[in-house]
Amino acid sequence: MSATGLRLILQTAILAVAFSVSGHAQERLAPARGGLEAKLEYCKTCHGLSGQGYLGYFAMPRLAGQQPEYIEAQLRAFIERRRSNPVMQNVAHVLSPSMVTALAMHFKNLNPKPFGGAPRGSIATGKKIYEEGLPEANVPACSACHGNEGKGQNEIPRLAGQVYPYLVGQLTGWKQQRGQGTAVDTSAIMAPTAHNLTRSQVEAVAAYVSYLQ
Amino acid sequence: MKRIGLKLAILAIFASTVSAWAGESAAVRNCTWCHGAGAQGYTVAPRLAGQRPQYIMSQIRSFREHARNNPFSRQYMWGAVAALDPYTARELANYFATIAPKPANDGDSTLASRGRAIYMEGIPEANIVSCYACHGPNAEGVRDIPRLGGLAYSYLKGRLEQWGQGYHSTPGSPMPMVASHLGPEEIEALTSYLSFVR
Repeated sequence: MSATGLRLILQTAILAVAFSVSGHAQERLAPARGGLEAKLEYCKTCHGLSGQGYLGYFAMPRLAGQQPEYIEAQLRAFIERRRSNPVMQNVAHVLSPSMVTALAMHFKNLNPKPFGGAPRGSIATGKKIYEEGLPEANVPACSACHGNEGKGQNEIPRLAGQVYPYLVGQLTGWKQQRGQGTAVDTSAIMAPTAHNLTRSQVEAVAAYVSYLQ
Repeated sequence: MKRIGLKLAILAIFASTVSAWAGESAAVRNCTWCHGAGAQGYTVAPRLAGQRPQYIMSQIRSFREHARNNPFSRQYMWGAVAALDPYTARELANYFATIAPKPANDGDSTLASRGRAIYMEGIPEANIVSCYACHGPNAEGVRDIPRLGGLAYSYLKGRLEQWGQGYHSTPGSPMPMVASHLGPEEIEALTSYLSFVR
């Protein structure tokens, strides 16, 4: 065997060993702490393995397909305590701006089926409120800002496929949870809107959007 | 007199239906043989008292389907639930859920405050999630998410370690992911804290 041939074999062998070692290390340590993969896994532990949302003791919202600007704005609101949530405040304050951008872009591109589980009895009522609003109660059509398909735009969130109990919780408790910084928060419009919806109207519109794909 | 007699008769019927599930049933005795007097747990068998009925039912199902596959599950629970019909499983779950749970209090009390901090806030820098988000502010659980408060230190520790080692429980559970980020010190602190929660 020639010297070049031997060298080639040796190089191949070294490469193979190196690959298997790195593969093994990745399996044990990956996702490495601090990396994007590890942080995504961390988010998905609560927000669903495909970002479709999850029901723990609290309802964890769907992040899949969400508008990146909305995610970034909400993480900022948690840090600045304009949106009150004891878990998310801690989660958000350790995220670097570049990590926030990377996470938001990842979730934007996910498209799992809706989490489901909402009662179906009032979906037709919900669709009507969503598309036409309640003029007599000063409730504008949701579709005017959130879009006909509920996909949202920029800082206006996607509602399509959102977890039902989460939607009901936000719309019935808007003042306690959201919009504590009306000067910098585009969601200020939601305070009077949510306030003018009755409980059963909230449930109807939440059920309707929770099934939108 | 007649009326009192009638009341007594109703009471007697009522008491007999209750007592059928209050310790006299063979099905209950088969459980408490290992899970301890009053279902408060005994050595490796966890406390069932006060556990969420939907969780008990989901675990019985996962033992039957061999999804929950750690060594003690294989050794004891796979066989124990094999002949359990769904109706009896539900009755047992509802019965154990009504018994007031007593905390095991067997963790290291010096680690409890550290454990409580991890339970409530997680360690965001290390991608350790808050337990509170799913298991509730007092570790009471909800629906098929189990009550953890007051379970025995060694049981909780074993479960958290086993998830990290690749054993499974309920399909689709986020717990293997959660546990893979927990180090030995964090497990010690968390399980110590939880053993004291009432």
